[in-house]
Amino acid sequence: MSALLSLRGVTVRYRESGARRQAPPAVEGVSLDIRAGEILGLVGESGCGKSSLGRAILGLVPLAAGAVNWQGRRIDRLPAREFRKLRRELQCVFQDPYSSFDPRMTIAEAVAEPLRALRPDCSPTDRAARAAAQLADVGLAPELAGRYPHQLSGGQLQRAVLARALVMGPRFLVCDEPVSALDVPVQGEIIELLAHIRREQGLAGLFISHNLAVVAGLCERVLVMYRGRIVESASRQDLMRRPLHPYTRELLDAVPAIDAGARARLLRRAPRPAPAADESLAAPGCPFAPRCPHALPRCHAERPALQPAGASRLVACHRAAEWPEGLPAAGG
Amino acid sequence: MKRGLWRDALAALRANRAAMTALAVLVFLAVAAIVGPALLDYREDQIDWASVAVPPFATEGHWLGTDRLGRDLLVRTLFGLRVSLAIALAATLVSLVIGVAWGAIAGYLRGRTDALMMRFVDVLYALPQVFFLIILMVVFGRGPWTLLLAIGAFGWLTMARIVRGQALMLREREFIEAAVVGGSGTFRIISRHIVPNLLGPVIIYATLTVPQVILVESFLSFLGIGIQEPLASLGNLVADGAVEMETAPWMLAVPASCLVLLVFAFNFLGDGLRDALDPRDR
Amino acid sequence: MALLEIRGLSVEFAGRELVLAVDGIDLSIAERESVAIVGESGSGKSQLLLACTGLLAPNGHARGSVRFDGRELLGAGDPAAGVRGRGIGFVFQDSSGSLTPHRRIGSQLVEAAIAAKPVTRREAEALSLRMLERVQLPDARHNLTRFPHELSGGMRQRVAIALALVAEPRLLFADEPTTALDATVQSDILVLLAGLCRDLGMALLLVTHDLGVVASLADRIAVMRSGRIIETAGAAEFLQGPRDAYSVSLLAAVPTIDRALAVSGA
Repeated sequence: MSALLSLRGVTVRYRESGARRQAPPAVEGVSLDIRAGEILGLVGESGCGKSSLGRAILGLVPLAAGAVNWQGRRIDRLPAREFRKLRRELQCVFQDPYSSFDPRMTIAEAVAEPLRALRPDCSPTDRAARAAAQLADVGLAPELAGRYPHQLSGGQLQRAVLARALVMGPRFLVCDEPVSALDVPVQGEIIELLAHIRREQGLAGLFISHNLAVVAGLCERVLVMYRGRIVESASRQDLMRRPLHPYTRELLDAVPAIDAGARARLLRRAPRPAPAADESLAAPGCPFAPRCPHALPRCHAERPALQPAGASRLVACHRAAEWPEGLPAAGG
Repeated sequence: MKRGLWRDALAALRANRAAMTALAVLVFLAVAAIVGPALLDYREDQIDWASVAVPPFATEGHWLGTDRLGRDLLVRTLFGLRVSLAIALAATLVSLVIGVAWGAIAGYLRGRTDALMMRFVDVLYALPQVFFLIILMVVFGRGPWTLLLAIGAFGWLTMARIVRGQALMLREREFIEAAVVGGSGTFRIISRHIVPNLLGPVIIYATLTVPQVILVESFLSFLGIGIQEPLASLGNLVADGAVEMETAPWMLAVPASCLVLLVFAFNFLGDGLRDALDPRDR
Repeated sequence: MALLEIRGLSVEFAGRELVLAVDGIDLSIAERESVAIVGESGSGKSQLLLACTGLLAPNGHARGSVRFDGRELLGAGDPAAGVRGRGIGFVFQDSSGSLTPHRRIGSQLVEAAIAAKPVTRREAEALSLRMLERVQLPDARHNLTRFPHELSGGMRQRVAIALALVAEPRLLFADEPTTALDATVQSDILVLLAGLCRDLGMALLLVTHDLGVVASLADRIAVMRSGRIIETAGAAEFLQGPRDAYSVSLLAAVPTIDRALAVSGA
C-alpha cells in the first residue's frame, strides 16, 4: 500500500457535557486511502461528519477508534509536540475566509506566521520574502499584502488562506468547504487555482463540500458520506452517470441544471417535506432508510455494509444490485 | 508592523469628539492632581484658623472654600484626586494583568484547567469581600498600599470572567484553528491571537473598573478603614462632606463633582476606545 | 399595472466618502411573476431589496420611486410599516437570525398573524398550523411548540417562509434564501417556493449570487453589476444564451454535472 494518507476505521465521538445518553458518533468506521498527488472528494450534508473527519486527519479532534497513517506511520496518537513537525506537510483551508484570519494581523504577517512557528531556520526577511512570493503565486496583488482582512473580499481572502496553507510547501491539504461562502463566479476561480496547484506541485488532499458538482469538478474519486458513514465511493464518472446509492442520487438531483428543460423537470418534482431533525438516531437499520424512496422493510431492520460493487467502487445499500446501471434522475 | 492598525484606531479616536473631550478632562484632572497642590498657597493638611468652613469665593486664597478644620478644599480635593487616581490606576493595572492572563488561559485551554481556575475565582467571589478587606486592613495595617493590595485581590475576578467568556468565543473562530495547524504553540496563540483580539472589551471594562475602585475606596474610607486622615482621598472627602451636607454643602459638592467628572470622563473615553479599537467597524 | 414598479431607484451611503450602491434601477414585477436579481456581493442587489422595504442602514438614503400596487413606498415615514400587512412578505438568508431564539415557533407565527390581520388568537393558531403544513414541515403540530434551535437549518428556513406567509402576501421578497443551506436542502426550498408562488398566486422577487439555483425557477432574470441592471431577459431566453458578456461569465461559472463530466474528459 503506497498511500500517502490512509484512514482505518476512524471514529470520532464528541462528548456532550451533561447529556444522559451518549451522542451517536460524528464519524463512524471510515476507511480511505489517498495517494500522492490525488485530491479525494468528500460530499455530504451539514452534520454528516465530513468536517469532523477532516479535523481528525489534522489532529484537531481525538479519535474514539481507528487509526490515521501518514506515509505508513501512525499519527493519531502523536503527542502535540511531535504532531507539530508534521504540520509542515499537513495543512488546511476552512470554509469561512472571513473568520480564518486574525483581524489584527495584516495578510502578509498572517501568511508568514506558520514559517515563524515551523521553520525557525528562516530569518524574518526570508519569511517576508517567501510570504510575498506565495501570495503572488495564488494571484494576489502585492499591494494587498499589507492590508487587514476586513479590507479584502471573500475571494481575495480565500486566496490568502491558500497562500498561508501552502507557504511551507505541504504535501497534503484538507479543504473543508473552501468555496461555500463565496460567490459562484469566485468559487470557480478558487477551484481552478486548486487544480493548478495540484498539477504544478503534486499536492494531495481531501476536498470537502456539500455540492457534488463542485467536488466532481475537481476530484477524480469521490466519497459520499451520510450520518458519519461512507455510503458510496466511486470515480466521478461512475458517481455522476450511474449513482448506486439513493442518497447519491439525491445529491445529484440537487445540482441545478441550466438547460432549457430544467424548469419543466423541476416543477414536475413534488415538493418534498423536510426530513425530521432527529429521526432514527438509534434505529438499527440503514440510516438513510427513513428518507429513502426505495426503502424496504429490510432496510429499516438491518444496516447495510459498505461492499464492493464493481471495479474500485463501494456502496452501502441492500438494493444496489437491483440497479447496476444507476438510479434515474427525479422528475424524469 | 502593527502600527497601521493602531494609527487607524488613533485617527478614529481623534474623530470622536466626546472621547477627546473626556481625554482632555482626564489629562487636565491628572495634571492638576499632580502639580496643582504645589502651585497653591496651602498644604493639604495646613489648618487656617482664620477661615474655618468658609464657602467658595468668600475668602481670598481659598477659592473653593475650606472644611470644618479650615483646610483648603481645593488643595485637599486635588490631593485626594491624586491618591484616588493612583490607587484606582494601580488596582486596575493589577486586575488587568492577572485577570486577562487568568481568563485567557482558562478560556483557551478549557477542560480541567479551566474548571479548576474558574472554581478558584468562584471561591474568591463567594468570600464576603468587605469582611475580607477588613481582615487585610487589620493584619497589614491601614494605608494606601494595603488598600491597593486588598482591592487588587478582588478586582481581577470579574475581569477574568469577562476575558474567559471572550476567549471561549474566540477559540472557536477559524483563525485560531488555522494558527494551530500553522504550528503555533499555545503560548503564542494566547499572546498573539487571543489577547489582542479581546483588548476591546478589556479596555471598556478597565475604564469602568477605575471609577468602581474609587467608589470601593470611598466606601472603605466611609467605614473608617480606607485612607486615613490627614491623608485625603476623593472617598473620604465625600464621606466628610456628607456629614456637613446641610450646613456646608460645598464640602460635599466640590469633591463629589470632581468624582462625577472623573467617572463620566472614564466612561466616555472607554466608549470611544471600544469604537476605535474594533477594526471591523471601519 | 405592475404589482411592483421601481423607477430610477438609487441608494447612497454616507460615510467617509459617498458610496452609490444602487444607481438608477428600473424594474417592474407583474402579479404572479417571479423575478430573480442575480449579481455578486457588492453589486448592490441586497441594498435594492432593503431600500424597497425601508430597512436600509441608518446612513443609507434612497431616491427614486418604488410603487407597490400603486402606493409609493419610498419617502413615507417608515416604509417598512407601510409594507407590513399590506401584502409584502420577507425571507432572509439567515433563518436563525429572523427567528427569535427564546420563543416557541408557534407563538412567533401567531404574533405575526395577529399583527398582519384582524384575527382572534384561535384563528391565528389555526392559520399558523396551516402555514407550517403548507411549507411541508413534518409533524407541524409538534413543531409549533419547539424552539428554533431544535430545528435544522432547512426546517428553520421553512418556518421563516411560513412566517412570511401568514400575512398572505401578494409579493414575497427573498434575499439569498438558500445560500446558507446544503445543496439538497437548497433545491427542496426552491421547489417549495416555486410551488407556493404558483398555488397562492404570489409574485416573487428573489436576490441571489447563484444563477444556477434560480435560473430554472424565475420567469425573468435581471443581472446586476456595480449598482446597475445590465441585462434583463426571460429565463428561458437567458439560458439559451445571455447577450451581455458578464452574464455569459456568470452562467458559465455555475457548477453543473455536465461541466464536471466535461472536466473529467468523459
